[in-house]
Amino acid sequence: MNLFVYFIVFVLLSIGAYWYGRRYSLGLVSRDRRRLHSLPQYYGYYVALWSVVPAFLMLLLWLFLDQDLIVHLVSAGLPESIKSLSPDELGLYLNDVVNLAKGNITSSEGDAIMQQAAAHYRHLLQISHMALGIAVTGSVVAGAAFSLHRIRPDFRSRPRVERMVKWLLVLSSSIAILTTVGIVLSVLFEAIRFFKIIPLTDFLFGLQWSPQMAIREDQVGASGAFGVVPLFAGTLLIALIAMLVAVPVGLMSAIYLVEFSGSRMRAWAKPLLEILAGIPTVVYGFFAALVVAPVLRSAGESVGLQVSSESALAAGLVMGIMIIPFVSSLSDDVINAVPQAMRDGSYALGATRAETIYRVIVPAALPGIVGGVLLAVSRAIGETMIVVMAAGLTANLTVNPLDSVTTITVQIVTLLVGDQEFDSPKTLAAFALGLVLFIATLLLNVLALHVVRKYREEYE
Amino acid sequence: MSKLQKAAIKRRDIREAVEQSLRARKRRSWRFRLVGLVAVLTGLLLLAIMFTSIASKGYSAFERTEVLLDIDLEEAVIDPEKTRSEEVLMRADYTGLIKTSLRKLFPQVKKRKQKRALYRLVSTGAGDQLRDRVLQDPSIIGSRVSVWLIADDDLDQYYKHGDSQSRLKDYQLQWVAQLNADQRLRTAFNSTFFTAGDSREPELAGIRGALTGSFFVILITLGLSLPLGVSAAIYLEEFAPRNRWTDLIEVNINNLAAVPSIVFGLLGLAVFINFMGLPRSAPLVGGLVLTLMTLPTIIIASRAALKSVPPSIREAALGMGASKTQMVFQHVLPLAMPGMLTGTIIGMAQALGETAPLLMIGMVAFIADVPTGPLDSATVLPVQIYLWADSPERAFMERTSAAILVLLAFLVLMNLLAIWLRRKFERRW
Repeated sequence: MNLFVYFIVFVLLSIGAYWYGRRYSLGLVSRDRRRLHSLPQYYGYYVALWSVVPAFLMLLLWLFLDQDLIVHLVSAGLPESIKSLSPDELGLYLNDVVNLAKGNITSSEGDAIMQQAAAHYRHLLQISHMALGIAVTGSVVAGAAFSLHRIRPDFRSRPRVERMVKWLLVLSSSIAILTTVGIVLSVLFEAIRFFKIIPLTDFLFGLQWSPQMAIREDQVGASGAFGVVPLFAGTLLIALIAMLVAVPVGLMSAIYLVEFSGSRMRAWAKPLLEILAGIPTVVYGFFAALVVAPVLRSAGESVGLQVSSESALAAGLVMGIMIIPFVSSLSDDVINAVPQAMRDGSYALGATRAETIYRVIVPAALPGIVGGVLLAVSRAIGETMIVVMAAGLTANLTVNPLDSVTTITVQIVTLLVGDQEFDSPKTLAAFALGLVLFIATLLLNVLALHVVRKYREEYE
Repeated sequence: MSKLQKAAIKRRDIREAVEQSLRARKRRSWRFRLVGLVAVLTGLLLLAIMFTSIASKGYSAFERTEVLLDIDLEEAVIDPEKTRSEEVLMRADYTGLIKTSLRKLFPQVKKRKQKRALYRLVSTGAGDQLRDRVLQDPSIIGSRVSVWLIADDDLDQYYKHGDSQSRLKDYQLQWVAQLNADQRLRTAFNSTFFTAGDSREPELAGIRGALTGSFFVILITLGLSLPLGVSAAIYLEEFAPRNRWTDLIEVNINNLAAVPSIVFGLLGLAVFINFMGLPRSAPLVGGLVLTLMTLPTIIIASRAALKSVPPSIREAALGMGASKTQMVFQHVLPLAMPGMLTGTIIGMAQALGETAPLLMIGMVAFIADVPTGPLDSATVLPVQIYLWADSPERAFMERTSAAILVLLAFLVLMNLLAIWLRRKFERRW
């Protein structure tokens, strides 16, 4: 709730500052706006920006740092006996202190030292809150005073405001880069910590995946169970099944809608197909787990086949349905981009429509289609909810689509959902898997782009 | 035969050959066309199957079974000291009253185990229902009232679907038959589904908590991603010089649009929760993660909208003496706004249906309370669907489907809004 209050305070403050700055500038020239360099509202904006933006940045910085700083100070004040604990234990101890101070349920009631530390923590937190209040107020007042002090009738406020606005724009467009950096760093750091425990080669080439074994260090096989090969196999198997559904159906319907159907059918069939793309994946997951899987199971039983209730086939089929519109709309675009002259030329030589399509149009559109399929594969590999709900948890190294397999995304979810201690290889493994997933999809996307660019036929 | 005649025969042969092969080729072409049509129909059929299977499972969750019981609101039980204070009324044993009434209705039930089975016909939430009734009008204490109480999910499923796999025992079924014969059973609109939070009991579970959570998440996502996305698009489209930095930003945006959503969840877990120490399961964190996820969509759509504003507008504004910033904010931006909003709504629809990254940041906990702010623990509608889909009770399957219907209804509304905006404000220059 605190954040909302701050937000509203900031909005009110900036409106007030704007209003006052505008009035102040008009007052300077006794309401004769022609004598001002810029329009009066620019003086208002100027004051508002100067009073609010620095204070806001300060608030953000505080949100980042206060917890760490206070915990650091608290730990510095602890007696030597506790400070000499191993870093892990110290971290747990400090965690308890913080929870105690916040009045949460703690694992231990805490002795006198912990109580004292908690009191220290509360005290520091109070100081920090007070300091923040003073600092933010001070920064608002200082910013307002500084900007008001600079306002003169010939003060060039418009260019200055515009420069500041431009910097804000630059800042917000850099968020995309910050996000990528954030993803790479967060995943990479945890993954590196993971690879310090489990060697990279064991991870990449191991044929066994059973992370549950590694919760306690004294368990057997604690370090040998993080082989990612079965996960790759499972992911690829499901993606392959999905592609076997999505590519023929998607591609053929794109061809039909562009080359054969009338414009009226196209007008309603295309948006209807694209509805499939707008359905949330959790809905597909539900459909796969509770409708398709039982049907497949009973169908298998009736012909005497053993179908697992979490078969790769169910997940793959439904994922294929999800990807149909993706393939069809991408192929639709590239087929549409093939120039009419090529069709006309082919017809003039006496080719039928079908011959024109598979001798002329498809070859011409092939790079785009391949690129689209690669993007679809990357989508299938990264898809989470369908497989979490419909695929299995045990890592079987198999190519039988009727068996249960698991995928990278399923494992990330199962490793991270629920209780977690943040240093066990089990949770770190999720980040290593995330890194693998990120790299795989990135490579596929780059490859798709490359295929499209390199083999694109240039017409006209 | 003369040469001429031979040539004529040969020509006829060729022609015949061509005509014959033409028939085959045309047939092949026709077959190809048929395959295409089948592909389109397959896609549409799959869509239809999905919708009907979910709708046919889900529609019944909008109704609930109720049991009519005559209950003696004995003063001695509810409020022996006649204080009528709210506290006393809150704590009274209403479940006991309901049990008494059930015993009176079925005096033949004597065994303890059977009695318990009898009590189980009525939901555990029926006591609260009765309590609310009494709190609303304390003057009914001491009288005998007939109340429609929520039935237990097993009875509910049996009454609505009458299926053979019911979990009700044979003797329970006899009681149900008796209740039915006395016209003490009915189905009514399931208001609980829309007014309650999550619950372990299917008949008491509702989507209000999840809807509120979704509302907060979407509010935060919208509040952050719209201004950020629009200003990023404005910078890239109107101000940015062509240099390495701009190229880098563009490559990044395009790549982020293709990063699997679960990776954004990992980012949220590592940065917002572990590094910045924001609370787990909070809509605030969910909103932040979904903001990062939808930003590329919004930026790309907003740039397209800015691109579609013709240069003449910009030149005219500059010609009239507007500065570049004034030109952008006062002339180009208003014209591009409908397109940007359309893109934003589509991004929001995407965010509303997103599940995987929210699992990562702990929005999967069982939370019965309706969240009151963006820092409370909460869950969202798609995650609620995921959680319910895991529950073994058949009644939860029904509710899952119904929650899906609600989610789809919201998505359809949002998309219609986007289409309407596009139609209404689309301009051809």
